[in-house]
Amino acid sequence: MAYQKTYEEINEKIKRGEAVVVTAEEVIDIVAQEGMEKAAREIDVVTTGTFGPMCSSGVFLNFGHSKPRIKMQKVWLNGVEAYSGIAAVDAYLGAAQLPENDPENKVYPGRFSYGGGHVIHDLLAGKDIRLEATAYGTDCYPNKKVDTIIRLEDLNEAILFNPRNAYQNYSCAVNLSERTLYTYMGILKPQLGNASYSTSGQLSPLLNDPYYRTIGVGTRIFLGGGIGYVAWNGTQHHPNVLRGENGVPKVGAGTLAVIGDLKQMDPNWLVGLSYIGYGATMAVGIGIPIPILDEEILYYAAVKDEDIYCPIVDYSEQYPYGKDMDLGFASFKELKNGKITINGKGVITTPQSSIFRARKIAGMLKKWIQTGSFELSRPVAPLPSADADIEFKSIPERSPNGNNK
Amino acid sequence: MKNRVVCYFSTAQSEQPIIYQLIKNHDLIVNILKADINPQKEGYLVVELEGSRDKYKAGIEYLKSLGIKVEPLSETVIWSEEICIQCGACPSFCPTKALDLDRETMMVSFDNSKCVICGMCLDCCPTRAIKLYFEIREAV
Repeated sequence: MAYQKTYEEINEKIKRGEAVVVTAEEVIDIVAQEGMEKAAREIDVVTTGTFGPMCSSGVFLNFGHSKPRIKMQKVWLNGVEAYSGIAAVDAYLGAAQLPENDPENKVYPGRFSYGGGHVIHDLLAGKDIRLEATAYGTDCYPNKKVDTIIRLEDLNEAILFNPRNAYQNYSCAVNLSERTLYTYMGILKPQLGNASYSTSGQLSPLLNDPYYRTIGVGTRIFLGGGIGYVAWNGTQHHPNVLRGENGVPKVGAGTLAVIGDLKQMDPNWLVGLSYIGYGATMAVGIGIPIPILDEEILYYAAVKDEDIYCPIVDYSEQYPYGKDMDLGFASFKELKNGKITINGKGVITTPQSSIFRARKIAGMLKKWIQTGSFELSRPVAPLPSADADIEFKSIPERSPNGNNK
Repeated sequence: MKNRVVCYFSTAQSEQPIIYQLIKNHDLIVNILKADINPQKEGYLVVELEGSRDKYKAGIEYLKSLGIKVEPLSETVIWSEEICIQCGACPSFCPTKALDLDRETMMVSFDNSKCVICGMCLDCCPTRAIKLYFEIREAV
């Protein structure tokens, strides 16, 4: 029978400081030199990493009570509104939320210099944050207004909860039109002026475990410079898509919802971003350890950039208006080298996801595991995988007048 | 012709309606890029002047006749490494490779001597780690 390891065996080795841990890049050469079987015996854990814009991120906050108490109806942090339709002094601040009175795209393209992601970064950096809240007042919560300065240390809880992170593969964006486009994939120059892409390829968590054999609900991860957990599959999780012979999805597929205590994270790994003409968002650092339980898991974790493909998508017509188009695929090797070919034309590539930072994350996680400060957790439930029957739905077009079946 | 200049003026000169005169008497298109006047009413004006060569020259002569110092604008691009997250987007917009991505380390670097201050990088940086500075002396 083929060689197998258990989570318990790997954690025992981690406790003794004997675990063999390598990054998702280092593993490629080791497998090439030693072969799959020997490498699977030797290696206990492969660490992955990604650091890029992830709009579907945010933080749950509990401010504690004012005196007299308040049931916050509207809440702003540095002028950026947080959702407060939950209990009295709880709120959720989203990374893409803009300040009140932001000029948005009124003068196109807008600057979007500050937003929810910047507030989260500033909070984490220990800066003073202005907290404003209004309320209608009740017998139990008579206060109608709070206007004060808070810091992260003043909060009871600050729980980062990101409903969709770590997208397993993502389109490469181009522009076939005659004018410059300002998108969440950055600036796209006209007539195939550049091609923008955003994943860390061979380092990316879900590209190294394409069928989610080890990544599931409850997996302990590197999140924002601290420790977090996979909470659930992310929104738009769509594992049953086109996959290559190596099992790697060739289009956007799985996603993760992740959770962790903001107070133990590091502002270097949660950074507010401003995309001109698009909006504000946040770069999130995520690293996931993959336990090498058997050869098959190692085979997937040793995936190389040249074997990972993503679809090339036009952002002037195809993406925004759902127009049918086929511009083919690009490999991550070409994308990282700086040039791809589309319709016979050489096109410069523009990365959005930081490979340098992704490497650092994989390296930090490797060190945590080697030094025994980070043990692996067995998922308590699996994520829906390629055999799932998930339909990727759109908003139905129905009349609100009630004439629909 | 079109040119960007910095005008340094003293207290007395700041009382003069120079922009009005440049437009009305010298037929120049005036675009104020930056201006600052201190409490003593000394200050500077960064301005783009556009018009025919003769009119441009006459406009500059007018400013000088008032004792205003007119100097060419020198701009500089500053890349701050501490703010940069090394995403690597800016080098694909830089026409002179002043901003460059090392494909081995995937690190961004900036060589000021190669920069032609085209400004392409300013908009594409999501962390706003690249900024344009006007080099301006203390008010005269």
